[in-house]
Order: sequence, then C-alpha cells, then structure tokens
Amino acid sequence: MSILTPREGESAHVPLEPVAANGLLDRRALLGRGIALAGAMSTGVGTSLTSAAAEPLADDPWSLEQGATTPPLQTPSRFEKNVVRTLSNPKGEPRNQHARTPHHLLNGTITPNSLHFSICHSGLPDIDPDKHRLVIHGLVKQPMVYTLEALARYPMVSRMAFVECGGNSAPMFSNEPIQATAQALHGLVSCAEWTGVKLSTLLDETGIDPKAKWFIAEGADSLALSRSVPVKKALDDAMIALYQNGERIMPGNGYPMRLLLPGYEGNMNVKYLRRIKLVEEPAFSFYEGRTYSQILPDGKAYRFYFLQEVKSFITHPSFGHTLKGPGYYEISGVAYSGTGRIAKVMVSADGGKSWGQTALQEPVPSKAFTRFRMPWRWDGQPVTLQSRAWDEAGNVQPTRSEFVAARGETKKPPNVLGFPNQHYNSITSWAIDAKGEIKHVYA
Amino acid sequence: MSTLRALSALSLALAFCSNPAAAQTPGLGQPISEADIKAWDISVMPDGTGLPSGSGTPEQGARVYAEKCAACHGDNAKGGPGYPPAMFGGSPLTSGIDTAKTIGNFYGYSTILFDFVRRAMPFNQPRTLTDDEVYAITAYLLALNKIIGDNDTMNAETLPKVKMPNRDNFVIRFPDRI
Repeated sequence: MSILTPREGESAHVPLEPVAANGLLDRRALLGRGIALAGAMSTGVGTSLTSAAAEPLADDPWSLEQGATTPPLQTPSRFEKNVVRTLSNPKGEPRNQHARTPHHLLNGTITPNSLHFSICHSGLPDIDPDKHRLVIHGLVKQPMVYTLEALARYPMVSRMAFVECGGNSAPMFSNEPIQATAQALHGLVSCAEWTGVKLSTLLDETGIDPKAKWFIAEGADSLALSRSVPVKKALDDAMIALYQNGERIMPGNGYPMRLLLPGYEGNMNVKYLRRIKLVEEPAFSFYEGRTYSQILPDGKAYRFYFLQEVKSFITHPSFGHTLKGPGYYEISGVAYSGTGRIAKVMVSADGGKSWGQTALQEPVPSKAFTRFRMPWRWDGQPVTLQSRAWDEAGNVQPTRSEFVAARGETKKPPNVLGFPNQHYNSITSWAIDAKGEIKHVYA
Repeated sequence: MSTLRALSALSLALAFCSNPAAAQTPGLGQPISEADIKAWDISVMPDGTGLPSGSGTPEQGARVYAEKCAACHGDNAKGGPGYPPAMFGGSPLTSGIDTAKTIGNFYGYSTILFDFVRRAMPFNQPRTLTDDEVYAITAYLLALNKIIGDNDTMNAETLPKVKMPNRDNFVIRFPDRI
C-alpha cells in the first residue's frame, strides 16, 4: 500500500510507502496538509471505519435550548467522569498516598493540573501562603528569609518540565507482564509549564561559600521531607516554582512553592519548600539513604541516582482501549529525557523486528514531554506495538532484555501498587489481537 | 525585633546597597541569623553534625517504642498496620532486587535513623519526641539489629561512630553530576 501526501512546492502527490511491517506508514504523511490514502482516493470509501453510509443529520436537544450557567472554576464535561487519577490510599490512612495520571485518556504534552500525579508521604499540608517562609542558610555569606510576596516580585522564568517519581513504571520490574493501563504502569510522571524564580537568582543574594558542594532542601510538610542536591544543579536550572500551568501550584504538587529540578527524580523536587541549607557533604536523608537507593542484582545499591533517563511509552492505543476493526489509526505517546531534548522516537508493530521513525510534535522542549505520532493502517492481524526513544545526548531507551540483564527483575509478580525497585525506563509493549483487544506483554 | 537586631539588619541592608553585584538583584529577602533558624535546622549529618545533646539506651528506647511507635510499626518492630515490614534483620541484598530494606541490611549511616525519627515520627505527632527519646529509640532499633550492644548508650559522640553493616556497599550512579 502506498499513501499520498501534498508537499510544499510540488503540484503532484508523492506516493509514500509503508516504513515498517504491519502497516506502519511514513511519518511525512502527518507533516503535510493532510493525509490522503491511496485506497481512499481510488474507491472513495476505503478509509471509512464502517461500511454503512452516515445517517441524515438533525438537531440534538442541546442545540435547541439555552445552556447551563458558566461556573467560576470550570471542570470537565460530565461525560468525562472516568478521566481521573487513581488513588493508592483513598481513605488517607497514615501512610503515603499516590495519585496517578491517566495517560491513556489524555493527549498532547501538558498534564492538566487536576490530573498531575502526586505523591504525599504524610497527607496534604494546609499551608497559609502569607505565613509560609523560605529560608536559605548554611554555607552562604548572609542567610536570608523570603516571603511568597517577596518572591512574586523577582524576575521569573517559565519552562516546560516533566516530573517523574523514581518509582514510576516499577510494576515493570515484574518477571511477568502485569495487565494494567499506562496509568497504572507509568502514571507517576506528568508534565507542566512551571513558572518561578531561578534558585541561582536567590543564591546571588545570599552569596555562596566556595566550600558548599551540596544543598539540603526541606519541605514544610509534617515529615519535613528533605533531600540533598548538588550545588551544580542549583546553578544550572533549579527553580523555586510558584505557578503550575499558569495558576498557583496545586496542594498535591507543593503549594505554595516547590523546588523544581528539571530532569531529576521527583522526590528531589521538594514540595512545600521552606528551607535550603548549603553544606559540604550530603545529609543522607531517609529518602536518599533508603527509599530511592535501589538494590542491584549483585547486592550493591545505587545511591544519588538523580537522573530520570530517556523513556517513552505508547498511550494510544494501549491497555484499556479496544480497536474497532481494521483501518487507519494514529499511534501516539510521550517521550522524555532528564538529560535534554528527545532526538528521535521509533515505533515497531512487529515486536521490535522492524521500526519506523515517528513524527515529533513541535516544539520539542528540553526535559519535558514530547508527543510522538505515527500513522498506521491496521490490517486486523495480531501485532505488537512498541516505542523506543533517543535523546540529544545519544542516550537510547533500553530494550527490556537489556534492562533486566543489568538491573534484574522480581522472582514473582509484585502488587501493581508496589515498588519492587526504582528507575525503570525500558520499552513498553502492547500486543493487539485480531479482536482489537490489547494486552501488556514483554517482547 | 530587638534594637540590636534591627541595627544589624539595617547595616546589612546598607552593605548590600553599596555592593554593585547585590544592587543588580531585587534584594527583597530579609537577613536572618543562624540562631533564629535553629528551630527549623534539624538536619543531622553522617559525621554527627547537627546532633543535639541528650542520650538514650536500648532499654529506655523499648519503653518509648511500646508507647509511641508500636501502634503502627508493631510490637518489637516486627511490622504493623502503618508500616508492614520489620525494621530489623532482613535478607542479604543478594537475595533479589526487591529485598525488603531494613536498618540492619541497608542503612549506610546510623544518623539516617536518628534524623528521620526526630523529624517525622510519630507519624501523627511529628517532632514531639524529646531528644533523649529519639536517642533511646535509635539505640533500641540499633540493638534489635545487633549493631550495638544492649547496654550501649547513644549520644552525640557515640552515634556517629556506629559503623553500619552495609556502609560501603553503595555505588554513585552519575558521579559527574555531583
């Protein structure tokens, strides 16, 4: 099968061939003014999902009556009630609480604030922004205290950044594929536009003692959650974030201010930030000395992992969806790297034997979600979809077998809400059977 | 604010105004002394920096534990409704990548335990333990893990000297990022 797409400066359609097995089409079909499928042009109905002609059109009731009153704070349509975060601890029992982003029900690159993932280890603190203070001290020339009102007058920057829990995708350490949605497997990553004051701006005011190599960041939550971060990151792109997608940060994401360390493990992006102490050596706090320090197959453990490495996963189609018969679909998903920009995402429909390059949605920001898209014509036969990402530094997302060889897997399937290990970034595979039903597989 | 402190803040403000580099920043922070940060400055470092005065023994810790910790962590630190895993013993880390981490088989420094108990426990009443109680609970848990003796006293001098069994078993993932 070939497809036609218009190109700049050319009057004739150029036929585009499939680029990989099982119906993956050339991404250039998405870059022109529209998709023209050769079959459709010759027969007129070749791309229709149903063979029956459409019903005659008539006005629906909502087109014949005045609509509802506009609310001050709008929420999604009542028909979108299932587009919600899933909760690990809905009754707020005295332990941590996770809320996962429904990636399989979203599109684009920005996670709405109401659906941004959140992990709170001791509940959501109810912080009065007028009483909140940020102090910077330790190995500085002059310790300083900042109010939110003061920080709001500082020069601000906005940037896109993903935040990802170090334990995101942990169910994929399972020795057998757990049947779960992209939300359950990968829901502890989200992406937003963050606005705030660069930490380096404030450190210009306090001054830095040259002996300072680390800073301890601490929250105003009841655990006073604290993490050690190299000063190198503070002087690079660390931000005291005050706004999330244009509005004040959500309580679950750190209201009224959080540390944003683009590309670094979520837990280090300390929420409810109230204290920064510059020090010579790291503190080895509970979360860096225990929780986010992961065990390796040889019995050693990684410490100070920091980086969320290059990763991608297909959100459409994925587990929880059903394909309604053969024909045209768009395969799409998200890719990101803590190192920088995404350079390339490849997709396979035959379990990794052949690959086609996807179209990357512009702009492609550094350390943020990039949506990839691939035109696909499904012939109704079983296929296995995979995506694999490369970043601009040349890092490539590992295959599962490469990853497991280095990092291991469990001996028996864990609870899908559990965290058998940390920092998982290999390829996700979705197998689609002839009925259009989708399973999570290892391929 | 005392007169002395007000004067010192004023002189600092003047000093910053006369500094060309500082003049390029908004300068809307308020100077504060380390003494006035003390209530928040609770970080304890592996070398013992930040440890308060006070002390405790495993025996004292067992009593505090039973009263203030056991409801969530279970009798004798065996695990309970708020924190299911046991806090002592544990399998060797070569048993699997999902081996349950305990104080004995995983923690690299004894100060991790002291720091977290002091800042975060009890879960529903954090930062209500006295420093003696935190030393005592730390001693109790270290003794349960057979890392210190049943009669050893933990204080600012002895605690940082406790060598944790797993201390030298860590690998820095990306050294160039430090």
